[in-house]
Amino acid sequence: MADDITLITVKDLTKTYTTGSVQVLALKAVSLTIVKGEFLAIMGASGSGKSTFMNIIGCLDSPTSGTYFMEGKDVLTQDRDELAALRNKKLGFVFQSFNLLPRTSAQENVELPLLYNNTVAAADREQKAIAALQSVGLGDRLAAMPNELSGGQQQRVAIARALVNEPIIVMADEPTGNLDSKTSYEIMEIFQKLNDKGITIVMVTHEPDIAQFAKTNIIFKDGRIIANEQVASRKNATEELQLIAKLSDEKSTT
Amino acid sequence: MNLINLCRIAYRSLNRNKLRSFLTMLGIIIGVASVIAMLAIGEGSNQTIQKSIASLGTNSIFIYPGTNTNGGVRGGAGSNQTLKLEDADAIAAHCDLVKYVTPIVQRRSQLIYGPKNWNSMIMGIRNDYLLIRSLSVVKGSVFTEVDQRTAAKVCLVGVTVVFNLFGDEDFNPIGEIIRINSIPVKIVGVLAKMGQNTFGQDQDDIVLAPFFTVQKRMMISTDHIGSILASGKSELQVVDAVDQITGLLREKHKIAPSDDLDFTVRTQSEISNIFGSITKVMTILLASIAGISLLVGGIGIMNIMLVSVTERTREIGIRMAIGARGRDVLLQFVIESILISVVGGIIGIAVGILASKTVAIFGGWPVVITATSIALSFGFSSAIGLFFGWYPARKAAALNPIDALRYE
Ligand SMILES: Nc1ncnc2c1ncn2[C@@H]1O[C@H](COP(=O)(O)OP(=O)(O)O)[C@@H](O)[C@H]1O
Ligand SMILES: [Mg+2]
Repeated sequence: MADDITLITVKDLTKTYTTGSVQVLALKAVSLTIVKGEFLAIMGASGSGKSTFMNIIGCLDSPTSGTYFMEGKDVLTQDRDELAALRNKKLGFVFQSFNLLPRTSAQENVELPLLYNNTVAAADREQKAIAALQSVGLGDRLAAMPNELSGGQQQRVAIARALVNEPIIVMADEPTGNLDSKTSYEIMEIFQKLNDKGITIVMVTHEPDIAQFAKTNIIFKDGRIIANEQVASRKNATEELQLIAKLSDEKSTT
Repeated sequence: MNLINLCRIAYRSLNRNKLRSFLTMLGIIIGVASVIAMLAIGEGSNQTIQKSIASLGTNSIFIYPGTNTNGGVRGGAGSNQTLKLEDADAIAAHCDLVKYVTPIVQRRSQLIYGPKNWNSMIMGIRNDYLLIRSLSVVKGSVFTEVDQRTAAKVCLVGVTVVFNLFGDEDFNPIGEIIRINSIPVKIVGVLAKMGQNTFGQDQDDIVLAPFFTVQKRMMISTDHIGSILASGKSELQVVDAVDQITGLLREKHKIAPSDDLDFTVRTQSEISNIFGSITKVMTILLASIAGISLLVGGIGIMNIMLVSVTERTREIGIRMAIGARGRDVLLQFVIESILISVVGGIIGIAVGILASKTVAIFGGWPVVITATSIALSFGFSSAIGLFFGWYPARKAAALNPIDALRYE
């Protein structure tokens, strides 16, 4: 089955933070396999090591020890430039705090990854950025600055930026952490649609209802994975949103 | 990553942070403009002083009574009375390296013509004076031998005197009789206009008369003369001519080799050196002020760059997270700094030149803009801009992307 092609394999990942004389073991021998087309939700208490793990598999940080293969290639032996190319072309990262460039229009923010990608011609740049923004429902806010957009809209710009180089995997660290539940569901709708198109999604969340939109849930505790299970009754974001719309309609009519 | 993309990124980044870009630029503008203006003023005054000293005649030799103790204060004219007419005559007779020589007596006097009067400098000179100073007569003629011998009551006047006595610079005063110290004197010629010298003195406010006319008719003491002006046969022989004159006068004044001279002989180039060192001090002073401005500008640039380091480190983190390589980030920052330096530098040069010209026009002060000052100030400011743009960026680019993103 095509679904079962291994995308990421990590083995015995550890990460130790040293601040002065204090050592924090943020990850203690984490092993995990992620297949193509997966939609993974990483859960766990605050400080359990979720972000540390995400940053390492997102190539933003390096582990203290362990192995990491992506598409069969050893990631940890690659140099900084190769990792930059990997982040640019294969990975898309979405942060809890959006991390858009301030005073920079939505379109220019989305164009950024294209500017660092040699394989994209200058002529295609604008059109690709617009298409990415349209795919997250912001086709009419191209010139908007981040401070003119709501949290949900900013996160959608960030998602468009993550998508614009057509990555094989999107990583999101608490993408809905700063958003209300309806807006969160809209983000989940986008993720589910992306996932349906075959893009692998790895998402950190501490909200159980958000985790229900994923295919697989894993739970971190004290730097270890303590559970790894399929979601039994997976929720569909589109249906949930219709339900919310109906409920608020009824409320306003009574 | 191609350079065009990086330039686009750098341009967008500058455009997005207009205030920061402007403040950084301001530091460069202030630094560059002040150095250019200060050095232009210093160099300008230096050149004008040298030029006006050169206009005294490059071969000129000045002989004063009294000793000019090195750098010390010399008494006013007449405080030392050691030079006599026979000294001037002896120089003319015996110094073969001297071409022209004239005794000089001078005093300020009231000039009267009809209802008008004017106070001016009267100089008693021989005709050699006109040759040494390259003066010419535009109307009338110079003194004759008879005028000189008989202390004739005739004079040559500068245009300022004409203007003040006759109400019009272009008036032809030849043949008019004016009174100098109540003595009626006939104007026989008008001197060509000379304008102001470096010190703002009006060189046309002068009356020249035959030597004896002034010495015998207008001076209280008729024994001594004010000074002697001579010129060497050629510029190369001026120093030897000075030696000849010094030797001759030492002998005539009966001064033993071990004793101090009671007169001073100076060449035009010595005088020019004295003023040269004065203007050099002034240029150094102006350059120090300019240097301080440059430093202040530099500190301004540094502050802006360092204050924005947190924001910029996050920006670097974001850029690296979406695939910028360390060298892309560095190059972007270097391009930004170059753009700021070049634009700020060009504006600074323009402002500096404008400020210099303004000083030249309104202050009546000559300015000379030198390429060195432009290169120096531009180089220094852009080096600071480049360093403080590049150095924090280099540190940020060496971080893990996640550490750059978390930086605070
Ligand atoms: N940069 C860091 N320096 C030192 N300690 C850190 C750093 N980042 C995270 N930690 C520590 O590592 C542990 C795991 O943190 P994190 O991965 O952020 O947890 P989570 O995302 O699950 O809340 C925590 O104890 C945290 O304090
Ligand atoms: Mg976290």
